[in-house]
Amino acid sequence: MSLSPVAINFAYIVSAILFVFGLKMLGSPATARRGNMLSSLGMLIAIVVTLFSQQILSFEYIIIFAVIGAVIGALAARLVAMTAMPEMVALFNGSGGAASLLVGWAALYDQFLPGGLGEPSAFVMVTIALSVLIGGVTASGSIIAYGKLAEVMTSRAIVFSGQRIVNSLILLGILISAVMLVADPQIGSVWFWTLLGLALLLGVMAVIPIGGADMPVVISLLNSYSGLAACAAGFAIGNNILIVAGSLVGAAGLILTNIMCKAMNRSLANVLFSGFGAVKTASAVEGEVKPIVVDDAYLILESASSVVFVPGYGMAVAQAQHVVRELGELLEKNGAEVSYAIHPVAGRMPGHMNVLLAEANVPYDQLVEMDDINPRLPMTDVAIVIGANDVVNPAAREDENSPIYGMPIINVDQARTVFVLKRSMASGFSGVDNPLFFGENTRMLFGDAKQSIAGLVSEFKG
Amino acid sequence: MEAVFLSFILVLSIFLGFELISKVPATLHTPLMSGANAISGITIVGALLSAGAQHDTMATWLGAAAVMFATINVVGGYLVTDRMLAMFRKKDSGGAA
Repeated sequence: MSLSPVAINFAYIVSAILFVFGLKMLGSPATARRGNMLSSLGMLIAIVVTLFSQQILSFEYIIIFAVIGAVIGALAARLVAMTAMPEMVALFNGSGGAASLLVGWAALYDQFLPGGLGEPSAFVMVTIALSVLIGGVTASGSIIAYGKLAEVMTSRAIVFSGQRIVNSLILLGILISAVMLVADPQIGSVWFWTLLGLALLLGVMAVIPIGGADMPVVISLLNSYSGLAACAAGFAIGNNILIVAGSLVGAAGLILTNIMCKAMNRSLANVLFSGFGAVKTASAVEGEVKPIVVDDAYLILESASSVVFVPGYGMAVAQAQHVVRELGELLEKNGAEVSYAIHPVAGRMPGHMNVLLAEANVPYDQLVEMDDINPRLPMTDVAIVIGANDVVNPAAREDENSPIYGMPIINVDQARTVFVLKRSMASGFSGVDNPLFFGENTRMLFGDAKQSIAGLVSEFKG
Repeated sequence: MEAVFLSFILVLSIFLGFELISKVPATLHTPLMSGANAISGITIVGALLSAGAQHDTMATWLGAAAVMFATINVVGGYLVTDRMLAMFRKKDSGGAA
């Protein structure tokens, strides 16, 4: 049995509607889970009706490879630790990009069927080239992003002299090979292989110069690309649902990218093309750090009536989210008002801290966004900075020479007392000195964040 | 004409996407991203058509590989998003204590 193309396309409209409602509902915590289910129902409908297409004659490969993919995907989704979520998302982005690349590639063969339509149109060839290009960049870029996030490779920005020239040459090569492929479409043409190779190389070159602290931008940008790649593949095979769903994702990714850039007060071009921390002459910070031990920190917290936690990537590294929640609950029992201040780019992907704290069972209404917490900080007794650095660096506000000058920050230095949990006195990811550490009201609690917090917890219990 | 028609769809969908997502609270940025990512696995539709068409051996293999990658993206993306969203809870509204 098979369905007519018209029936299939009507079913695709239903899928598209479910995707739209699903995305809409993902915008509010109360409806998000149902939204995700609606969107997966849309996907299921699209897949099932496609299987009834007259074009599909053999199911062997489909079944085998779909089962392999489903098992890998399900295991990865179930087993991944919440702290490893950024690299997981990067890999899923990459597999989406790879799939679109392959669909575009396979579409090239469909253009040369015996008894086919003859010479493929330039429009189709352009879209095939685009799906190979965007899909390839997404796939290899995501693998590099994975490597950086999982620390399989260095998470620092990799820059070398002549990088821009190399990148310009790659772009030029891509343009030439795409034009040649469109002008003279052939299966297995050398121009196709050049295009494929250069697209993969471009993905690598685009992500290596980006430092760990800028990862939220890259992840959301790759997310956008994975949608655009699906969109290009949709053009290549003339399929509406790919175009609709792909462009929805493309737009979503671009919005997130824009939010991340604004949170760092940088343009997208600046993030992508300048290795952060390359040249800087920030005013040297001088002063004395005032260390504090757990016992004394406990005494201050014990008498505090408002406490704000400011988590950063260091909390993820130390896996400290569970003890942080425990301390938060003890402080609340002690009569303090507890909230968590989340900077939009804290961590390695958009919303990273929110996910970790949700995992630790912190209610999301206790999480406060930067613009809402800042007016409250001058009235706050204690701000506890856990593994965050640049996002609380007052140099962003005060020192015009600082490389992060102008970036909106959480003004913890305005709280009555600031505890900074830090392993040692090394400077933050961007290599910028942080005057916060030398502040009059700052106390440094050195050591592993998880152990320090656990120490405070046992003081409260004891 | 087909090109014009498809481009129309593209432009309207992009505008729709911008309208839909512009006001998502920061708390949901990660689930939104991974949920959107799962939707980008829609390319599985194209993959199924290539893998099942029996046009050309090479195209079938490319399609089959695409089916695998797209399924990883779809299944993994939706499940991981659901797993994350299941953890989000409001104060005093149940959840594992």
